[in-house]
Amino acid sequence: MSAAQPIVLRTDALKKSFGELKVARDISIELPRGARHALIGPNGAGKTTFINLITGMLKSDSGRIELDGKDITRAPAAERVRAGLTRTFQINTLFPDLTPVEAVTLAVTERERTAGQFWTGLPSHRAAIDEAVGILEQLRLADVATRKTRTLPYGQQRLLEIALALATKPKVLLLDEPAAGVPKDESAALFSVIAALPSDISVLFIEHDMDIVFSFATRIIVLVSGGVLMEADPATVRSDPRVREVYLGHADLSGVGHG
Amino acid sequence: MAEITQTIVDARGWLKLQTRWSPYEIAFWVATLLPFFFLPTYLSLASQIAITALFAISVDLVLGYAGIVTLGHAMFFGLGAYASGLISAKLGWNEPISGLIFGGLVAGAVGFIVSFMIVRVQHLALLMITLGLGFLTYELANALSSITGGTDGLQGVDISPIFGTFNFDLWGYTAYAYSLIVLFIGFLISRRIVNSSFGLALRGVRENVKRMPAIGSDYRFHLQKIYTISAVMAGVAGALLTQTTETVSLDTLSFNRSADVVVMLILGGTGRLYGAILGAIIFMIARDQLSGLNPQYWYFWIGILLMVVVLTMPKGILGGLSRLIGRRDE
Repeated sequence: MSAAQPIVLRTDALKKSFGELKVARDISIELPRGARHALIGPNGAGKTTFINLITGMLKSDSGRIELDGKDITRAPAAERVRAGLTRTFQINTLFPDLTPVEAVTLAVTERERTAGQFWTGLPSHRAAIDEAVGILEQLRLADVATRKTRTLPYGQQRLLEIALALATKPKVLLLDEPAAGVPKDESAALFSVIAALPSDISVLFIEHDMDIVFSFATRIIVLVSGGVLMEADPATVRSDPRVREVYLGHADLSGVGHG
Repeated sequence: MAEITQTIVDARGWLKLQTRWSPYEIAFWVATLLPFFFLPTYLSLASQIAITALFAISVDLVLGYAGIVTLGHAMFFGLGAYASGLISAKLGWNEPISGLIFGGLVAGAVGFIVSFMIVRVQHLALLMITLGLGFLTYELANALSSITGGTDGLQGVDISPIFGTFNFDLWGYTAYAYSLIVLFIGFLISRRIVNSSFGLALRGVRENVKRMPAIGSDYRFHLQKIYTISAVMAGVAGALLTQTTETVSLDTLSFNRSADVVVMLILGGTGRLYGAILGAIIFMIARDQLSGLNPQYWYFWIGILLMVVVLTMPKGILGGLSRLIGRRDE
């Protein structure tokens, strides 16, 4: 399907430096519709920085970002989200004192531009609430929909990260280590949820566990020192000597996990 | 499918429950009528409490719900107080209801202008900006003594009977009834706001401002909106004080007033509206009683009370109470 699908997200020679330190060197990628791409690389390779650049949380020094053919290089972060480019965070960035149904309803009303209505009671936003509950169902969070976020188990908080992102109706979903901190047996379950996302959403995810990367990604982008080392299908990446060299030392890539 | 429907019903029901009137609330508002019958000598104090409670609610909207820490909200209280006082003293406009609205609008207009600056700063810088604006307004009123009366206060305020019927009497029956009704209306409006999708968005900003852009929110508009609404409400409270006392003093703009109202919120509990009211009641009664004992050192006791509450009930007295009753907090 990859060849025929149109490109939804494209970055062209994206550059960023912090003083002398180059954290993004001419990063050019293309994400087709429905993609399940992984972004891998050693710690400090600039993976999260790259996501910050795409989503506008950091301003790039030069280069270009296109979403659906439209230039969004200088668009504010919130505007990019409304255009369909949404991320999740490696460290839970949730609303601790809100319940999941409140948090997701908030995201839905922000998308529909009804969040500013101060004269309509929240319960009257029925369609938004129903949609929020639907998303929570989809992510198996319905049972805890009315519990405060800070009281939820960590794994469910990771799912809520994704639920909030889904409520924005993204075309492109950037998942920054969605399973970070989740035990290995649970992270497979979490990724099965991600794999079941609607096929028209393009997903780019950062993940350290190679088992998961190789089983869920259809293509892999390898980032080293702020630059793209290679982009290829899993089999090619797995057997590439340079990848073994820089990313995993000389270890055998089959069945390697990340500590 | 049946299960999905059930969850939606549950979620809707839970959200509705959050906005429902509780028996405690109704009991409280009935109790506000008691001073008319049992404490007629305290009616002027009761009216001061109602005015202060309205002011505290206005601060709760920005501080408790939106998380904007402010040490300069007396600015809007004082603007409302002077605006409604000046149209009476200088222009002879003595009709109270329109004077109240005028006071609110003047404060709201300034609040809207200031809000552009407020939403650009956070934390300590935010505190300093609000503090600075408060000082600035105070000294401006002080310097313009030909208009404001300076430290002598604004004289010559004369308020007509409400609806041409209810005179402001010596005992304060009218003053308390008037203040209480305005407080109640202000409370109803605030309650409506915090229970709306906008209220939810404000709590979102307070809970995690970093996430807001990531769900597509232009949260600065939310903040500007609530800041302006809050300024209007503070201005109405100030105007109410002017009209019930028929004078305006510089004290309405003072830093003390800004700080006191934050103390009240911390005492009562932030982000629950009733905390603001309860804080105002406790603070004003304590001031009345303690300054009767010793007019100079009564802040000593407020200091002790504040420390005890903060150490034992981090969410304020109302937060502590609701935990006892097991409502809202788990």
